Amino acid sequence: MALLEIIDLGKTVPQGKVLVEILKEINLTAERGEILALIGPTGSGKTTMLRQINLLDEPDQGQIVFDGIPLVGASEKVRLSARRRMAMVFQKPVMFRGSVQGNVSFGLKIRGRDDHERILSALDAVHLSGYEEREAGTLSGGEMQRIALARALVLQPELLLLDEPTANLDPRSADSIDRIVRGLAREMVAVIMATHNMQQCRKLADRVAVLVGGRLAKVGRPDDVFSDKEICDQIFCGNSGGL
Amino acid sequence: MQEIWNGFLRAIDLIITLNPQVVEITTRSLFISLSSAFLAALICVPLGGLIELRRFRGKDALVNLIQTLYSLPTVTVGLIVFLLISRTGPLGSFGLLFTPSGMIIGQAILVSPIMIGLTITALAAVSVQIKDTAKSLGATEMQIIAVVIKEARQAVVAAVLLGFGRALSEVGVAMMIGGNIRGYTRVLTTSIALETSMGNLELSMALGMILISISLIINMLLNRIQGR
Repeated sequence: MALLEIIDLGKTVPQGKVLVEILKEINLTAERGEILALIGPTGSGKTTMLRQINLLDEPDQGQIVFDGIPLVGASEKVRLSARRRMAMVFQKPVMFRGSVQGNVSFGLKIRGRDDHERILSALDAVHLSGYEEREAGTLSGGEMQRIALARALVLQPELLLLDEPTANLDPRSADSIDRIVRGLAREMVAVIMATHNMQQCRKLADRVAVLVGGRLAKVGRPDDVFSDKEICDQIFCGNSGGL
Repeated sequence: MQEIWNGFLRAIDLIITLNPQVVEITTRSLFISLSSAFLAALICVPLGGLIELRRFRGKDALVNLIQTLYSLPTVTVGLIVFLLISRTGPLGSFGLLFTPSGMIIGQAILVSPIMIGLTITALAAVSVQIKDTAKSLGATEMQIIAVVIKEARQAVVAAVLLGFGRALSEVGVAMMIGGNIRGYTRVLTTSIALETSMGNLELSMALGMILISISLIINMLLNRIQGR
């Protein structure tokens, strides 16, 4: 059984006086230990889809089934329980006031736990050991991105949602994030990663889901997707030549 | 003019020599107003958080109503609380009329709209991303409210201080619910009103100066908090 099953998902949002369909009839699954890349042009609905999966927003139609439990229309208790088995890292992460340690330990504390070793290990994984006492708000964008990842890793989620995880990072930091993502997949964590980085997509993803205009245009192995010239032309306006 | 000047000098003397009556009234006033501000903050800050965070029909109308109640006349609150806690009222059996406890409840009700309203404004300024981040990390609704309050704590403290200032300076509730009983429910504002009517200007002026000084301190604290 797939860890995550998205069935006929649809989301409409008001933009001014007009209702715009951001996601239409999305059907997709994610297995434990799988890295699924979500790609598509800006505005294709990648972030909206991650937000629906993380239960930050309620879809207008369809169902999200997590580990066999339908979540759309479920009680807040059920949704919270599912949300606590996932973690999401946003494209532009924000830091809570206070220290790096306070930020990384946030998810543990709200679950009534505090594991200093695990916090140090998460910081080490993102190459920020020794940053515990630093004021989180004073860090650079790239450092914040890595703290946000550590904040998610420390929770040992079964499903990790990453929205452009390496967008603000230098190549070395991006490589280390890639290694972490691969390591997580080996530990049977399902990773769904929205990205514009096609090389990262080829390197990491087991499957690629292509979103165009809120619809799934194609789902398949990276080689299959990127060898489909029609899809590449449609999505990347012909700039997929180097893939 | 000379009489006013002499009264002013005698008032200063009453303050410097820590006149027992002045100290007693000031202490009681501070205790009652601080207690009412604390009681109101315990209820109003989380309530403001709940209103700000939840989406529901009529939310805008509710916020408008709360803001309208900022300028609620103190005598109106005094009358409502009087009707509630007077012997024949629904809460009459608690014996709260003409007691400091009754005054605390009355003042807490009086300052509630301003505390709820300013808390809503303070929390609305916290970015949506903070709320989303807390939620995505598994926070419950109350935990999200706690995070947002922590992020906006300076503005929330300012809301509580403003509530305290309003409680300290009001007369209607203190007079109608407290009854201005000497040595029991007499506070700065009711004393000033009474002593002035009795022609005891130096005591009135001394208490008035203390009231203004406390207001000044609150204002300085507010400026300091908001200036950070």
